[in-house]
Amino acid sequence: MKAVLREARWVAITIAILALALTIGTLALKQSPVEVFRLIFSEVVFDGYGLGQTFYKATMLIFTGLACSLAFRCGLFNIGAEGQLYAGAFAMTLVGLKFPGLPAILLIPLMLATAAAGGAAWAVVPAVLKAKRGAHEVITTMMMNFVAMAMANYLISAHFHEPETIHTAELPAAAGLPSFETMFGLFKGSPVNASLLLSFIIAAAIAYFLWRTPTGFEWRAVGVSPDAARTSGVKVSATTIKVMLASGAISGLAGSNFVLGYKHYFEQGFASGAGFLGIAVALVAKNNPIGVIPSALLFAFMSQAGLTLNRTIPREMFDILQAAAILIVVIAQNKLGGETKK
Amino acid sequence: MTFLIQVLRIAGPYGLAALAGTFSELGGVVNIALEGILLAGALGATLAAYWTGNPWLGVLAGIGAGMLLSCLHAWATLRHRVDQIVSSLACNFLAAGLCRFILKLVFHSTSNSARVEGLGDWGPFDPFLVLFFVIAAVCHWTVYRTRFGLRLRAVGEHPKAAESLGISVLAMRFKGVLLSGALAGLGGAWLALEQHQFTDGMSGGRGYIALAAVILGRWTPLGAAGAAIFFGLAESLQIILQAYGVSIPTQFVQMLPYLMTLAAVAGVAGKSRPPAADGIPYSSEQD
Repeated sequence: MKAVLREARWVAITIAILALALTIGTLALKQSPVEVFRLIFSEVVFDGYGLGQTFYKATMLIFTGLACSLAFRCGLFNIGAEGQLYAGAFAMTLVGLKFPGLPAILLIPLMLATAAAGGAAWAVVPAVLKAKRGAHEVITTMMMNFVAMAMANYLISAHFHEPETIHTAELPAAAGLPSFETMFGLFKGSPVNASLLLSFIIAAAIAYFLWRTPTGFEWRAVGVSPDAARTSGVKVSATTIKVMLASGAISGLAGSNFVLGYKHYFEQGFASGAGFLGIAVALVAKNNPIGVIPSALLFAFMSQAGLTLNRTIPREMFDILQAAAILIVVIAQNKLGGETKK
Repeated sequence: MTFLIQVLRIAGPYGLAALAGTFSELGGVVNIALEGILLAGALGATLAAYWTGNPWLGVLAGIGAGMLLSCLHAWATLRHRVDQIVSSLACNFLAAGLCRFILKLVFHSTSNSARVEGLGDWGPFDPFLVLFFVIAAVCHWTVYRTRFGLRLRAVGEHPKAAESLGISVLAMRFKGVLLSGALAGLGGAWLALEQHQFTDGMSGGRGYIALAAVILGRWTPLGAAGAAIFFGLAESLQIILQAYGVSIPTQFVQMLPYLMTLAAVAGVAGKSRPPAADGIPYSSEQD
């Protein structure tokens, strides 16, 4: 209970600092903070479409945030979610285009499995280099990110694009996840879809796995101290490889939000940095898989608020606030001890 | 000759950023913020050149802007012991947002600034080029031939031992990061003044390529500068081959530095080892 109160205080302080920073920024631009906050509430918080957009943006961030937090907690600084996401999404799209005749009940699980496999495949090189050669995963995953983006751009522009566009052909109708609008009549006009529910399930599954299963305990032990884990009989390098592949698989699923749930094709650059922002989401959530959900919502909210307010204050203000949020939270975490981040 | 100069012109900003990364990491602070520092340097240079009409002041402002951002990185990592990778990523997010914000406020554009004066045509003696070679040589000399360099390497390899000899670990690391900001800021100024304007995202991943060059150069200044020149060569070779009708897809050339770095850390050509205490926060109260 005490811990919960302490956490709640943190969240409140962070939000207060961000609100203060926004107020100062708004005043500096000679705009009215009252008007800005009124718009935030009327157009984002209490508006079906605005809220839906926030959830839509949060979906991809929950996946990448989960991928990062799982890796971070188990001692691997996987910053390759961006590349793993593209690899997964591209593989998924190819499978969808290849099997246009399959019914949805087969096609969707097949595509999701391919996406996870594609993301994991993109994590193989960093995983093996880390386990066998001791190469630092930050360097290798970052390099793999750039290779993935260049590769996707090449494949799209040289082979798979529709004329005059930077995206693939449209997937068969069966390859679609229903939106919240069709399922529940919620969030009219916004593409938020069933992949949000999938992300919730995965968050719960990771939490269960890490804290309720023996293997999860071993994975966390490697994160706390590889040497101690090795002494107690955990196979550290095998665990390292598994953690990295699992993290890659979760990142790989992130693209389902866009490919299955929204546009039904793969487009160059569609993730627009969700993989990188996932790192921030995980950190702010202190690598807690359930905490990733509100954390992703906070970042998605800032980006949606930025878009909505763009006519009043430049939305870049919110990019700056996102960076500030990361610094505030990590400094506060270090200052006030609390739970460590691994 | 013109080809060589073209290669060096492309490579120069990478090279300066790679030198910057080397200094920071030799002292034991990982600096992924190079990308953001390049951007900050480019914007600083553009603003100063725009307001004063003097590109040389732009160069100074670029260096200053780079140092300012690196101060934030140093403050977070050294003072507050924030994870260095996290702090540098936050600096990159901040620089990207702040630069777009300022671009919009000052130039009322989301894509580029107004045109600014460059340093002019100096033929083969382009001031930036000359400066780049001088700086690379001075950096190497500083690292291996001066007391400062020895101390910097000491706090990056074995901070505890360095401290027991009376060297202030945090102060040395701060200097390393600050130098890093100045060098990458200069790289940013080069980018902007050569193109006579600031464009959004003009660092274009050069900070990350510089990081690759640091590793391929095995954490030595001349090695890093050499790796950067090699990357510049690969980039210009592609342009030349295209002129002769041989076309390698751009994307493959873009991948080259990253693939080479992967090969390097995999140990394909000998061991590439970072400074022992690279990336580890230091506090003297620790055991």
